[in-house]
Amino acid sequence: MPEGLATAHEHSAHHAALQHHFENMEQQREAGTLGMWVFLVTEIMFFGGMFLAYTLYRYQYPVAFATASNHLDIRLGAINTGVLIVSSFTMAMAVYTTQIGKRKGAILCLILTMILGATFLGIKAVEYHDKYRDHLIPGQLIPGHPFSPETAKPGDTDPHKLHLPVGVPLGNVELFYWIYFAMTGMHALHMIIGLGLMTWLTIKTWRGRFGPEYYAPVEVSGLYWHFVDIIWIFLFPLLYLLGRHLEGHIG
Amino acid sequence: MSTHIVQPRVYVTIFLALMLGTSLTVIAAFHDFPGPLNVVVALTIAVVKATLVVLFFMHVRYSGRLIWLVIFSALFWLGIMFALTISDYWTRTWLMPLGS
Repeated sequence: MPEGLATAHEHSAHHAALQHHFENMEQQREAGTLGMWVFLVTEIMFFGGMFLAYTLYRYQYPVAFATASNHLDIRLGAINTGVLIVSSFTMAMAVYTTQIGKRKGAILCLILTMILGATFLGIKAVEYHDKYRDHLIPGQLIPGHPFSPETAKPGDTDPHKLHLPVGVPLGNVELFYWIYFAMTGMHALHMIIGLGLMTWLTIKTWRGRFGPEYYAPVEVSGLYWHFVDIIWIFLFPLLYLLGRHLEGHIG
Repeated sequence: MSTHIVQPRVYVTIFLALMLGTSLTVIAAFHDFPGPLNVVVALTIAVVKATLVVLFFMHVRYSGRLIWLVIFSALFWLGIMFALTISDYWTRTWLMPLGS
């Protein structure tokens, strides 16, 4: 057997998590991080398409979009933004505690991040229910609860609670809600996937698989979680805040 | 060779800055700035917040050039998508008087 091959298979000095096609842990970690970033680029383009649709239709129907946006609950939106930022912080701390080998601290940070993520989704569910109640879920998606009720309650002239100015087509408001549900729904789906990732990380951390030499999965999942946070950083002002300064002028 | 471990005080600082940015964007939203400035203010704050997350929470400030290249190419292609599409919608009405 050639000498080189023998040393290449000298496993005693290797970390158990090192895959055979990498020279060392550092190279493996860098490759993983790069791969994650390439994936995040595809995510940027994916969400970018929806942000573009938002931009175009907001430009075309400014009054309908501002009116529809003002129906959203700014307090719940702001609280959720805060919740997500705290969860990004605890995720960053999960990476740090793993890097310095504090297993219990890492588990605590991961569980906190999951609780905050679930809180975000819970608040989002409350908001979705508000929209359901006011017939603002677009199209015929909910059987028996369409966007435009054929028969509103007697005396109820505004079942949507929108205070829509005269002459603004309801269809344009519906368009805002298509975009709202598509974007926040996609965002929520990403959060659910993130919660799944974190459950897996917590179990692996519990079993002592990660530490100062091998923390790439925690770091890479962190990148994903922070990316989801960034999407919300843009969604919050664009969806919730765009018409607030006009509240006195329209309607 | 050795990787940079970002210290908790950096994370705390960035966290506080993000919370401050969120408060600012809510306060600014109720202010009626002239012209399209409301959008400009809101998006500027959002871009600053996103940049802080990318640089520090996502460790890009301490990452190699290859990561920077990947991120900038993403922003470049995003820019192409926005610029070409918006230039179409924006200029569509310009030729109306000629056609009618």
